[in-house]
Amino acid sequence: MKTMKFLSTAIFASALIFSCSSDDDSTPEPVLEEEVITTMTITLQPSDGGADVVLQTQDLDGDGPLEPVVTISGDLSENTMYSGSIVLLNETEDPAENITEEIEEEALEHQFFYTIGNGLDAEADYNDADSDGNPIGLDFVLSANSVSSGSITFTLRHEPTKPNMGIEDAGGETDIEATFDIAIQ
Amino acid sequence: MRHYALLVLLFSSITTLSQNCDNTLTGKVTDIHDGQLLIGVTLTIANTEQSVQTGLDGIFTFSNLCNDTYYIQVSHPYCLTKGFKVRVYKNTNKSFKLEHHIEELNQITIEGKAYSNKSKTVLESSINKEELERFSTGTLGNALNSLSGVSSLNTGNGVVKPIINGLHSSRIVIINNGVRMEDQRWGVEHAPNIDINSAGNLTLIKGAAALQYSGDATGGIIIVEAPKMAVKDTVFGKTSISGISNGRGISINSRITKSNLNGWYTSIQGSLKRTGDTEAPNYLLSNTGVFEQNASIKFGFNRFDYGIETYYSVFKNQLGILRASHLNGAQDQVRGISSPIPLIINDFSYNIDAPRQGVTHHLGRVLGYKELGRRGKLSFQYDYQKNNRLEYDIRRGDDRNKASTDLELITHTVQSNFESNRSNTLQIKTGIIGRYQKNYPNPGTGIRRIIPDYTKYDLGAYAMFDTNINESLIMEIGGRFDYTHMNVYKFYRKSFWESRNYDTLLPEIVVEEVGTQILTQPKLNFYNSSATLGATYSFKDNYKLFFNYSLASRAPNPSELFSEGLHHSSARVELGDLRFNSEVGHKFAITLQNNNENFSFSIQPYINTINDFIVIEPVDVQETIRGNFQVWEYRQTNAQLIGVDVDASYPINEKLKLNHQFSLVKGYDRSRDEPLINMPPANFKNEIVYKNSEYNNLRISLQSAYVFRQNEFPNNNFEVYIPQTETNEIVDFSTPPNAYHLLNFNSSIDFKTSNKTALTVGLEISNLLNTSYRNYLSRLRLYADDLGRNFLLTFKLNY
Repeated sequence: MKTMKFLSTAIFASALIFSCSSDDDSTPEPVLEEEVITTMTITLQPSDGGADVVLQTQDLDGDGPLEPVVTISGDLSENTMYSGSIVLLNETEDPAENITEEIEEEALEHQFFYTIGNGLDAEADYNDADSDGNPIGLDFVLSANSVSSGSITFTLRHEPTKPNMGIEDAGGETDIEATFDIAIQ
Repeated sequence: MRHYALLVLLFSSITTLSQNCDNTLTGKVTDIHDGQLLIGVTLTIANTEQSVQTGLDGIFTFSNLCNDTYYIQVSHPYCLTKGFKVRVYKNTNKSFKLEHHIEELNQITIEGKAYSNKSKTVLESSINKEELERFSTGTLGNALNSLSGVSSLNTGNGVVKPIINGLHSSRIVIINNGVRMEDQRWGVEHAPNIDINSAGNLTLIKGAAALQYSGDATGGIIIVEAPKMAVKDTVFGKTSISGISNGRGISINSRITKSNLNGWYTSIQGSLKRTGDTEAPNYLLSNTGVFEQNASIKFGFNRFDYGIETYYSVFKNQLGILRASHLNGAQDQVRGISSPIPLIINDFSYNIDAPRQGVTHHLGRVLGYKELGRRGKLSFQYDYQKNNRLEYDIRRGDDRNKASTDLELITHTVQSNFESNRSNTLQIKTGIIGRYQKNYPNPGTGIRRIIPDYTKYDLGAYAMFDTNINESLIMEIGGRFDYTHMNVYKFYRKSFWESRNYDTLLPEIVVEEVGTQILTQPKLNFYNSSATLGATYSFKDNYKLFFNYSLASRAPNPSELFSEGLHHSSARVELGDLRFNSEVGHKFAITLQNNNENFSFSIQPYINTINDFIVIEPVDVQETIRGNFQVWEYRQTNAQLIGVDVDASYPINEKLKLNHQFSLVKGYDRSRDEPLINMPPANFKNEIVYKNSEYNNLRISLQSAYVFRQNEFPNNNFEVYIPQTETNEIVDFSTPPNAYHLLNFNSSIDFKTSNKTALTVGLEISNLLNTSYRNYLSRLRLYADDLGRNFLLTFKLNY
C-alpha cells in the first residue's frame, strides 16, 4: 500500500514537473526558402535597335495559393532577329537572389527548352554552351518571321539527359515552365 | 485526475472473497515440439515449498489449494527452470509445455503462451520468434503482412507501413517493449523505426480493445516484445548471416544472452543490413539501396515477486527512394506515369543518393515491478525516445547536400500500472500515464518546416475489468480518458492565411508578421474518451466466440493540423486545418474460432464506423512556376470500414499442412458516398508446409499469394495542359493496377554442429516466377514495377 501511494505521488509529481518546466517562450526563427524561383524575366533585344520586348512570370508566394502573374511588354516585329536572355530571381529574399548564377555554375545539369506553339511563325536557337559544348539556353536567338500569333513556352529542366534531341527525350525534372501568348506584327 | 488516483486506491482495497482451500490443480507437462509427456518434472509452489513431480503418465496433482493465484516453478533436468503464475479456481486443470532446444530456452510456454493475452475479448494474432526469424532481412511491416487483415503501404522495399483492417499511420499504435513508439509515422512514406531482429514476439490486436496501451488506436495495436529472459545460469546466443540476391546485399544479426539463477540477465543484440539497387523483373530500380544499423541491450533482474528491467535500442537507417519517382508538377507526372519503364535507370550501384531518408531512433526504458502478494502487481515505467528524421531531395547549388527536412522529436513518458489478483473471478488492470513531447524542426534546411515547432503534453488513465461469469463465459469492460495539450509555433504564408480567412477567424493566435509569413501560436486541447466492452464464450471443446465493441478517439496529428505547402515526396500541395477535432471510431468485431487439431479456423467480420474521420483528398490544381500541382486538402468526414478476415489450417498428415488466409475490406466515405482511397484489395494466401522433425527439422513451404484488383477507388485524376505538345492529358494517379499472383518458396534445415551448437540453413525465394506486377498500395507503382525474384540464403548458428 505504501509503495502504491508513493508511486502514485511520484507519477503525479513528475507530470506536474513536466507541465510546469520547459515552457520557455522563445519564438522560432522564420525559414526563408533559398531555392525557390519566383521570377523569370526574358529580355528580347531586337537586332535593329528597337525597344526590348520583356516577358515575365512572377509567383511571389512560391508554392502558395497565389498564381503566377504573367506580363508581356509588347508584340514582336516581323522579320526581326532578337537576342534573348533569361534571368531567374528568388524574390522571397531581400535583396532578391539571382538564381541565374547557380544555373550557370551547374550548367551541365540544366537546360532550357523553347517550344513554339502552332500558329506562331518563329524559331528559337541556342546561343550558349556548357563545358561539354551542349546548350544551356540562358542565351538564345529568336527569329520572328511573318505576322502571326501563338504561344511560346520556356521550360527549364534539372538533370536532363545531355546531349538530347529536344525536350521529348530530355527527361529530368521541370524547375520552371512558363507559357507566353505572343503576337508578331 | 484525482478521481483516477482514488479509483486506483479503491481497487487495491477490495476485500478478499471467502476462501475455499480444498481445490486441486492437475495437469500434464509435455514437450512443445512433439507433445511427448515429460516424466520427472518437478513443480514447486513458491512460498509454501509444496512440491510434486510428474509421474510416468506425465501428470502432476497439487491438492488443498485455495481459490487464489500461485507461483509455480517448473523444472526438469533437460529443460530450463521457470516460474509461472497460475490462477486456481475450484478444481483447476493446467498443462505446461516445455522446450528442449537451447535457443528456445526462453520460450517455455504455459498453454502455448509465453506472452500473456493483451485483451480477453479480441482474438489476437501473433508471430513467434521462429516465424519472425524468417523475416530477419525484412522489416516489421513485412512480418506483419503475413497475418490476415494486415497489408502494407509501401514506398519501395524499405518503407513498409502496416495497414490493419484498412487503416494505417497515426491510427495504428506500436508498442515496442512497453513503449509507445513516437517516431513521426504521420506521413505515407514514414515506416515504423523498429528492427525486426530485436523482437522476440509480435502481437497484433485489430482495433482499440487493449486500452492499457492507448485509447486512440482506431486501426489497431502492434505489440513488439523482446525475448523473455530465463532464471537460470546460462549463456546462449545466435548469429545469422544472409545473402540477398535482389539488391546484392548482406544482412548480419547477432544476439547473446547471459542469465543467472539469481535473476540477473543481460542480452545484447545488433544487426546490420546493406543492399544496393534492387531489380524489377525487367529493369533496375535505381537508387533503392538500404543501409541499416541497429543495436539493443536489455538487462535487469527478475524474481517471482519483483524485478527491474532496462532496455535501450538504437535504430539507424538510410534508404534511397526510387530516383525516377522524384518529379515536379503535373506535366512531369504525365511523363512519369505514361512511361512503361522508369524515366531514370542507371547502372547498378550501392550508393544511396537523393532522394533519400535517414532516420535515427533512440529508445530507452526502465521498468520496475513488484508483486504485492494477493493484492496484485504494481509497475512503474519511465521511457525516453529521440527520433531524428532527415529527408534529402534533389536540390540545387549550395543546398545540394543539405537535408530538406530535419525533424527531431523527443518524448518522455512516465506511467504506472496496477493489476489486481485479489479476486479469482474479477481481474482489474488500471494505470495512469503522463507524457511530454517536443518537436524541433531545424530551420537550417532552407525549406519551410513541414511540421511546426511544438510541445505536447498528454495525461491519461484507464481501468479494465474482466470477469469469468462461468467456466465458458468471460466478460470484459474498460474505459480510458486522455487529455492532450499542444503548444505550437507555426509560420503560415500570408497568402494562405488570408485565403483561408484565418485572419478574420483566428486573429488572436498571431504573434508577429515576418516578411511574407505570419508567426502564430495555436494552443490546442483535446479530451479523448475511449472504451471497450466484450465477451468470449467457449463451447463444444474447441470453439470460441468473441464479441467486442471498442470506442477509440484520436486527436489529429501535426501533419493533419498544420500541413501547408508542397510535399515534395508526394508531388502535391498538402493543406491541413488547425480547427480539426478528434476522430471517434466505433468498432464491432465478432470472431468465431475453432482450435481443433484436425481443422482449425477463425472468421473475423468487423464493422468500424469513424466519425470526423480525417481524410486527405484533391480539391484543386495549383499553378506554380514549376508546373501544376494538385492540391490535397485534409477534411473531416464520416467513414465506414467493413471487412472480414479468415484463417484456416488443415493438417493432411503429421508432416504436411495447409494454411489459408483471406482478407477483404471495403472502406467508404459516408458523407460523400464514395470509396476511400488506398483500401487494400481483397487477397488470398494459400500455403502448403512440409515439416519433418525426425529429419533435421526440415521445413519446406510453398506459398501462393493472389491479390485482386481494387475496383473501388475514388477517381482523383485530373487533366493538365501540356504546352510542349499543345494537348490536354490526364494525370492518372487513381487507376489501380491489375490483379497479380506471386509464388514464394521457403525452406530450412537444422544441423547439430556440437553438443551446444546448432546450424540452421535457410533458402527462401520470393516472387519465384519473377512476375512483373504493381501493387495498388505502393506509392511507386505509378513509376515502376515492384520487386522481381529474390534469393535469400541464410546461415544461422545457435550457441
